Parts: sequence; structure tokens; C-alpha cells
Amino acid sequence: MDYLVQLFQSLTVQALAPSTAAFAIAAIGLNVHFGFAGLLNIGQAAFLLLGAYGFAISIDRGLPLFAAVLVALLCALLFAFILGLPTLKLRGDYLAIVTISAAEIIRMVGRSSILTDLTGGSNGITGNTYNGPFQALSPLPDGSTQILWFDYDNNGVNGWWIRIVGWGLVGVFLLLIWALARSPWGRLLKGIREDEDAVRSLGKNVYSYKLQALVLGGLIGAVAGIIYVLPSSVQPDGLGRSTTFFIYTALLLGGAATVFGPVLGAILFFVMRLLIQSLAQSFIPDSIMSTQQTVQFSYVLVGVALMCLIIFRPQGILGNKKELSFSV
Amino acid sequence: MSETTATGTQPGYDYDRVELRKKLATVDKAPGSSKPDSILTVDNVVRRFGGMTAVDVQHVEVQRGAITALIGPNGAGKTTFFNLLTGFDKPNSAPTLTNRGAGTARWVFNGRAMGAVGAAKVAKSGMVRTFQLTKALSRLTVMQNMLLGARDQPGENFFVAIVKPLWKAREAEIEAKAADLLKRFKLYEKKDDYAGSLSGGQRKLLEMARALMSDPAMIMLDEPMAGVNPALTQSLLGHIQSLRDEGTTVLFVEHDMHMVRHISDWVIVMAEGRIVAEGPADTVMDDQAVIDAYLGAHHDTDLGDDSLLTDESIEELEAEVKEEDAARVETEHNEEGKA
Amino acid sequence: MILVPTNTPPLRSSRSVRVGRRHSLVVLASMLMLGLLATIVSLAFAPGAASAATSSTCTVDATTGCIQGTLFTSDRKPAEGVTITAKPDSGDALTGTSNAAGKWAIPVKTAGTYTVSLDESTLPSGQYLANAATNDRKVQVSLGSQAGTLFQLSTTKGATIDNNNSGNDFSWQRFAQQLMSGIRLGLLLALAAIGLSLVYGTTGLQSFAHGEQVTLGGLLAYTFANVLGLNLILAAIITVVISAATGFAQDAFIWKPLRKKGLSLTQLMIVTIGLSIALQYAFQYFYGAATVRIQTANPKVVTIAGVTLTVQSYVAMGISILVLGGAAFFLLRTRTGRATRAVSDNPALAAASGIDVDRIIRLVWTVAAGLAGLSGVMLGLVLNGVNWQTGLQILLLIFAAVTLGGLGTAFGALVGSMIVGIIVELTNLVLPGDFKYATALFILIIILLFRPQGIFGRRERIG
Repeated sequence: MDYLVQLFQSLTVQALAPSTAAFAIAAIGLNVHFGFAGLLNIGQAAFLLLGAYGFAISIDRGLPLFAAVLVALLCALLFAFILGLPTLKLRGDYLAIVTISAAEIIRMVGRSSILTDLTGGSNGITGNTYNGPFQALSPLPDGSTQILWFDYDNNGVNGWWIRIVGWGLVGVFLLLIWALARSPWGRLLKGIREDEDAVRSLGKNVYSYKLQALVLGGLIGAVAGIIYVLPSSVQPDGLGRSTTFFIYTALLLGGAATVFGPVLGAILFFVMRLLIQSLAQSFIPDSIMSTQQTVQFSYVLVGVALMCLIIFRPQGILGNKKELSFSV
Repeated sequence: MSETTATGTQPGYDYDRVELRKKLATVDKAPGSSKPDSILTVDNVVRRFGGMTAVDVQHVEVQRGAITALIGPNGAGKTTFFNLLTGFDKPNSAPTLTNRGAGTARWVFNGRAMGAVGAAKVAKSGMVRTFQLTKALSRLTVMQNMLLGARDQPGENFFVAIVKPLWKAREAEIEAKAADLLKRFKLYEKKDDYAGSLSGGQRKLLEMARALMSDPAMIMLDEPMAGVNPALTQSLLGHIQSLRDEGTTVLFVEHDMHMVRHISDWVIVMAEGRIVAEGPADTVMDDQAVIDAYLGAHHDTDLGDDSLLTDESIEELEAEVKEEDAARVETEHNEEGKA
Repeated sequence: MILVPTNTPPLRSSRSVRVGRRHSLVVLASMLMLGLLATIVSLAFAPGAASAATSSTCTVDATTGCIQGTLFTSDRKPAEGVTITAKPDSGDALTGTSNAAGKWAIPVKTAGTYTVSLDESTLPSGQYLANAATNDRKVQVSLGSQAGTLFQLSTTKGATIDNNNSGNDFSWQRFAQQLMSGIRLGLLLALAAIGLSLVYGTTGLQSFAHGEQVTLGGLLAYTFANVLGLNLILAAIITVVISAATGFAQDAFIWKPLRKKGLSLTQLMIVTIGLSIALQYAFQYFYGAATVRIQTANPKVVTIAGVTLTVQSYVAMGISILVLGGAAFFLLRTRTGRATRAVSDNPALAAASGIDVDRIIRLVWTVAAGLAGLSGVMLGLVLNGVNWQTGLQILLLIFAAVTLGGLGTAFGALVGSMIVGIIVELTNLVLPGDFKYATALFILIIILLFRPQGIFGRRERIG
């Protein structure tokens, strides 16, 4: 019984962690790309990384918080344009190849020893170089607060403040997506996802809308990157291809093209993975599966889950079965 | 209901069909003949695929207010020609930076030059097309499909979209208009169904209705009858004729000769990428070039007649058929890729 | 110091199921040794990387920056008690001394440029500073961060050690060397790229799991040759056969049923991503995170016309050329090969003309996986070995190669691979090693701007 209570508590702690919020935001961004506009962006992690770099380096260079956020957004904006301008006129799979390649370029250049002064090379940038201004912004009194079994410092690096801001931003983006999804703009994106030639034949500038979607999702991704690194550090290798793939898994789990799907998916992704890992650790003897292997085992299951999801329930948990039953 | 397509009366448009046919009777029945009031004039459009020339149209004009049929055997390049005109493909003869002079492709629609204009701009200028393989947006409802066809929805701008009051009024207008059109095309009961659940014929109707949402000056139908069940055929023909009567010029590609005879005012015949004949439906069928083009390729004909079928022409036709099939497969591929 | 990615568990110290119980100790030991070796090598050769080591005497915080490094004697033992001086542009010089682990660190309270030098008189006896000309070096430090600098020691006074294979010292000899390496990489890439291209051509699918087929090849060959001690050639043959079988099985159990189920290409592509994740972590599960090299014994080298490569490299290139020639012959001259090209060209038409499209696709998957496996064997043999994520890295190069050559064209894939391979290696002449893959991907993006259909691709038709 104690075990179950503890397990439940650790799962809920994981579910509400800042990294989960960051993931949810990243998935909301990817949902604009993939769910609404049908853009196969396999480089979402690069938007996170650019956001994180832009933010951390700006603050390290002495810019105020809001300017740093602006720099982060600008980086993502620029990246979206560089990616989108040449590829959005081409077939969808070119975007896939270019985004994954560009994401790798960003990561490799970021961790390159030449840029050590700027990006910290493969070490990345430690959190204390950039999280000061964010902490300073907190209106919370010092000390710590316990609600149920959630016990954190109010203003610590990984405390209530970052959780409030992280999940607050999730809420803001949910509202934004909800407003957009019901608008003619959202309708147009969905039309493009279905058949861009049809939409083009109706006199709409498909290219421009795809670019808008790419930029919007990328900007949201950059914000996710900032939230992701605030309680920890900027690690180029921690925001690589796998991250993108996990964001996809979260998105498809919750339901692409739905409003709440990405958030639900992100929470479930972390919770399920931790659950698998914990159970494997507790009930499978070490001689069969070591602690380290339980982690890998859980990721193997993530891969399998992604395959099964897209095959058997491509609409995810929240998706409308009917809406996807006509996919050609 | 009568106001759902082109609004008001356009000066110079022949609402009276008898008048129109009288005018057309005076037109020279030769390929590339000039029309009394041409809404679309095309020059020097050439499109090659590899070594094969799919389209090579020197000059053609389309009469305003007429229902013009574009016919020809399989592989004649009709759909490619459509794609070129509507900006979905680019002619090899398109003007380049260094060569913009004579011999380069140019076409004028409603007084506007359309040489190097993208598909969206072509549609915006009033020349809206449908597709041979219907492109109903399956995972949108019938109504959403219709609303996408409308013009001037401010809510299609990202920043306006966030604030509903800014686009609500216009949305209501276009919804009313869509409802009218759907009633007319007998799709109103289905307005909340996903377009993917419609039958093939209903999708054709939906696509046509959607195209009409923007009040086009000319609608280009790519094989409107293909895959439509016979029960729907009559009403579809009726719709096309009433479109014309209300002020929309119609250009369509069709295989079905009965339809061509029944509703078209003028027929343009393509074969091997060229315009080989033009004229009113009843006379053009007797043209020797048409008989050669048609009977040679695909109709019940004496295949033993060697004068019709030289080895060379068979090979050419085969190549064209293959090319067109390839295009079709590729389109399907693209569609699959997007789903 | 190898930096472990945050979501990548560190070197695993556990048994490996697939390689068998009896050999687990050997595997473990060799993995640990390899890991250690890699650590040392990267310590010695990566400039600035030493800063990854947490300083023992300097803690970075908002008001402190650290200049630090690790000193090793020429025989790779920590050098203790060496004094290092850091002199700011203005103000007093600061000093630090290396500890028993060879680590030294100098905390600084003011950001700026420091001239860092090593006091040669404090070096252990018989050790001298190599590249002494660079003793006084400028190091940029900012507060709240670390700046690393590296001194190398040698047994001879005044020695110079050239470990900077990315310097600007261009020479035609180096050019030739890199070009040859590029051709080698290109040939190995081509083996995998042609398979990917054929799969794309016949099914329209971009398989993200193709890289894992390469990894699988390398790991299997390692298992058979090094763990089970089989003859290398036999091991390679078994590996290729198993790899091909996995391709066959994949099509039989995954791709064909999914094609019949009518999944869209996008969905299929995501399935391959899922497969790729599952395989990567499965590799890690069984083989750990370390890089394995096939036949780690010191290979012989041969110098031809100033270009030095291992014998194995020459053999690998020879095999690649033979296999690629065989593939070309198959595609151009055999009935099945022509059928394959026909399916690639237009599946519907091919089916209509009596070609069994499913059989051809099955064959293509089998051959593609087999070729990828062979590519993996040789990558593990002549390049830096194979680890669980080799595949993904290679996959991007393969994508770049097939896109450059023209998606779906087998010969485009060959040419694209050669170009990518050569670019990757030549990049080393002018840019540091970190950039070599980035350059290839960058060029891919540039090419897409100007000729999206690739070198041999056809302009697309729409509608």
C-alpha cells in the first residue's frame, strides 16, 4: 500500500514538473505544425534549443529578462523562415528532411568547441548564469510551501514559481490555440493539411499560411525551450532528435489537431514512462534488468507505443475517430 | 437563390443564349480562331515532359458567356493544359529573365495578363477550377469546405482570427451564402457531415459549389461527369447551364460526348497537345482532324486500318497515355502523402 | 571527458543478453576499457573539452569564473604539482596548481582576457611542455562560467605535437588524405543510401529506421567477430544475411500489412520513427552506450601516393565498389532489376504490366537491409566504430545523399553519397571536426533551394 501511495505521489510530481509543462508547450507548438497545418516538422527540438540559447546567452550578456525572451523568439522566427522559405513550396517529405537536418546543424554548431565562449560548447550553459532575473521576478515570498505532497521552495530554481509560470503559459497557449482553431485561419490550415492544391485553387496563398503556421509553432517551441532550461541547464545534447521524437509521441498520444491533446499527451508521456520504469525497477529482478536497463526498456516501449498509436489510433486519446477515418 | 452566383448584370455578358449562339455561328471554325468577346486568350503555351511535348498551344480564345468544352482523346494534354492555365504547372515556354519577347507563353484573362502567376492568384482573379480527382477536403465538414471557398474573410488573417468579433459578421454572411448554394446543389442536409463521407458525385457537386463561393467570372471543370452516378448527371448538367445563364463563363474538360453535345456552345478539340479543331458541337464532330484524333486512339474503330495507326503514332499515344497515368498516380501519391 | 546527454544513461555496467553469458565479462571489460580510452583520447585531443571536468578547487557562481584544465604526462598519467599562472590585462597574476588527478583550476572574480601560462620549472622530471611557443595563451573568461585550456606534455624538450587536425595548415598532402577518406566514407554511405533510395522509389516511404539497420550491422559484426571470436569474413557474411532477413521480416510483418491497411505515407513515416526509437534503445539495452570497434587490434596501414589508410579501408572500399557494381548490374541488366526500376518509376503501371509489385518491394526491403548491414560492418571496421546512435547520425548523411542525388534514383544516391562523403571529410581541412556533418547538411539545404529535385531527379508534375 505504501508502495502504491509513493508511486502515485512520484507520478503526480512528475506530471506537474516544469519539464512536463515545457514538453506540453512544445507539443502545442508542434500541434500547430503537424496537427493543424500538416507540416512534418521533425526538428521541433531545434526551436527549443534556439529559444534556450537565445534566452540564456542574452541574459548572460546582460540583457533584461524581457529582451532576452524577445531574442529567443527572434532566433526561432529566423530559423522558421530559413527552414520554411525554401522548403514549404516543395513536397512534404522535403520539409521533414530539412527540419531534421537543420535541427542537427543547430545542435552540432551549438556544442562545437569554437563557440565555447558563446554556447559553452558541449557543456552547455549552467542554469545559474541565466535564471537569476527570472527568479527575481517572482512575487512569492521566500520560504517553501507544501500543498498535499507537493513540497517546493517558493522561489527556488525548481520551485513553485517556475511551475506557476510554466503551467500558466500552457494555459495561455491553450487559449490561443482554442481561439485559432475555431477561426477561419484555423479552418484554412486544416484545409491545407487535407489538400493544399484544393485550397490553392480557391485563391488562398497556401505558402504564406504554411509559413505562418511554421513560425507560430516555432515561437511556441522557443518558449517551451526557455521553460525547459530554466530549472536546469542548456544542454545541446539534451535537445536533440530524441526530444523531437518524444514530442511527437506525446502529441499523437493526446491527439493531434485537438486543443488539449498535446497537454494531456505530454503529461501521460512522462507519467507512463516513469510508471513503466518504476514498475520494471521494482518487480523485475536486477539480474534480468538492471536499473539502467529499465530506463532503456521504457524508451523501447515509447518507440513501440508510437508505432502502435499511429497505426491503430492515429487520432490519439482526444481525437475524433470520425475525423480520421477518411484519411487516404 | 438566383443571386448566389455572379451578382447583378455584367455589361457585355450574353445572358441570352440564343444571341450567344448566333454570335458564335459567325466565328471561323478553325483552330485558334478569334472570338467576338474573348474572356481568355492564350498564346504559346508549351509544356514538355522529358522529350515528350504534352501541350503545345499556339493560340486559343474562349468566348465570354459560353459553355466551352475542351475535348480530345486520352493523353491529348487537356488536364495538363488546365493545370498550366490555372497556375498549377509552369509552361516550358514561360518568359524568363533573359527572354520575355515573342514566342514566350502569355495569356490574358479578363484583361489581366496571367503569364507567371501562381495558382492562388489565378483563382483570386476570378478563374476557379475543379479537379478531375475531386479534392473535397475529407476531414472538414461540408459547410467548412464551402466556407473555405469564400473571399474576403478577414478572419483568415492570423491576428484578426484571434478576436472573434472581428470576423463574426462576415462569417455569418458567407455561411448564409453557403447555405443557399448547398440547398441549390441538394447538399444542405449534409452540411455537418465530413466531406469524406459523401459519394463521388456529391463530392463533385460540393467541389463545384465551393468554387462558386467566390463568384468566379469563369469556372473550369475538369471532367465534371467522371464518376458521377447517372441519376445525378441530369441535375449536374442543369447546374452547369444555369451557372452560365447567371453570368459565369464555363470551360470544361470532358470525355462524355453526350454531355458535350447537350450543353456546350463551343467545342475545342485537342490532340497530341495541340488544338486541332474548333467549332459548335454539332459541326466539330464531323471535322476530319477530330475523327482522326478520336477514332485513331480510343473509340471502336477498325484497328486493321493501317492508315489510321502507324507505328509511330501508336508509340506516341502510348507515351502520352503513360505520361497521363503517371501524372494521375503522382497526384494520388501526393494526396496520400498529405493525409 | 565525454559529456553524457541528459536523457542518455551513462555507460552501462551490466551483462549483455544477446552476446551470451559466458562473454559478458569480456564485453563488460572491453566496453569499460573502450569507454576509458575514449575518455582519455577525447581529453587529450579535444581543445577546451577539459573544462567539462568539474573543478576540484573552483566553483562557478555568479561572481566567479574558472580557468581550468587537466594535465597529463606524455604517458597519460596525471601530472601533479604543476603551477599555472593566469595574468589579467591589468592587475595581479593568479596561480593554480594541478592536483593528484592532474586537474588545475584558477578562480577569477573579474571577467576578461587572461594570459595563461604554465611554469615549466614545476613540471615532473623528464616532462617538457610541447608546443612551447603557445605557452602564453589568451583565455577569455566570463563570470559564472568555465574556460578550459589545455597544455600538452612531451618527453622531449621543444617538441611539437600536431593534434589539431582541423588547423589551417592546408597542404595538398592533407587534401589528398582527406579526399581519400571522403571517397571511403562516400562508398560506405552509398551502400546504405542505395537501399534507402530504392525503398523510397518503390514505396514512397522515407524510412527513418534505415540508420538502425546500419547500426545493427555494425553491432552484429562486432558480436560475431569480437565477442564470439568468429573469423571476420564469416562474421560479415552472417551479419549481412541476418540484416537482409530483418529487412525481409520487416516488410512481411510491418510494411506490407500496413500498406494493405491503407496507412498514409506520413503515418508510415512516423511508424519508422517509432521503430527507430525502439531499436536505438534496444541496442543500448543490449550493448550499452559505449562505442564498439570491430577488431580493435592495431591495424596495418598502407601508404599509396602519400595517402595513408588502413588495409581494411582499402578492402572495404574494394568490397563497396564490387557490391555497388553488382547492384548496378542487377538494376540494369537483370529482369528483376528492370522490374524494380519499373516499380520505382510508376508502381501502378508496373502492376498493370504484370509485375508482382509486392514481391519486388519485399526484395527491395531485403536487399536494402542487407546493404545497410554491410555498410554497418564496414563502418564499424574502418571508421570510429559503432554505437547505439551511429545509425541516426549516418541516416542524416544518407538523407542528404539521396536528396542531393534525387529522391528515388539509385544512381543519384551513389553520386550523392560520394559528394556527401567527400564534403564531410574535406570540411576537416578548414573547420573543426564538430562541423563536418553540419556542413553536409547545410549543403543539402542549399541544394534544395536551387534544385529541389536533386541532381538526377525529375521536375515534378502536379495534377
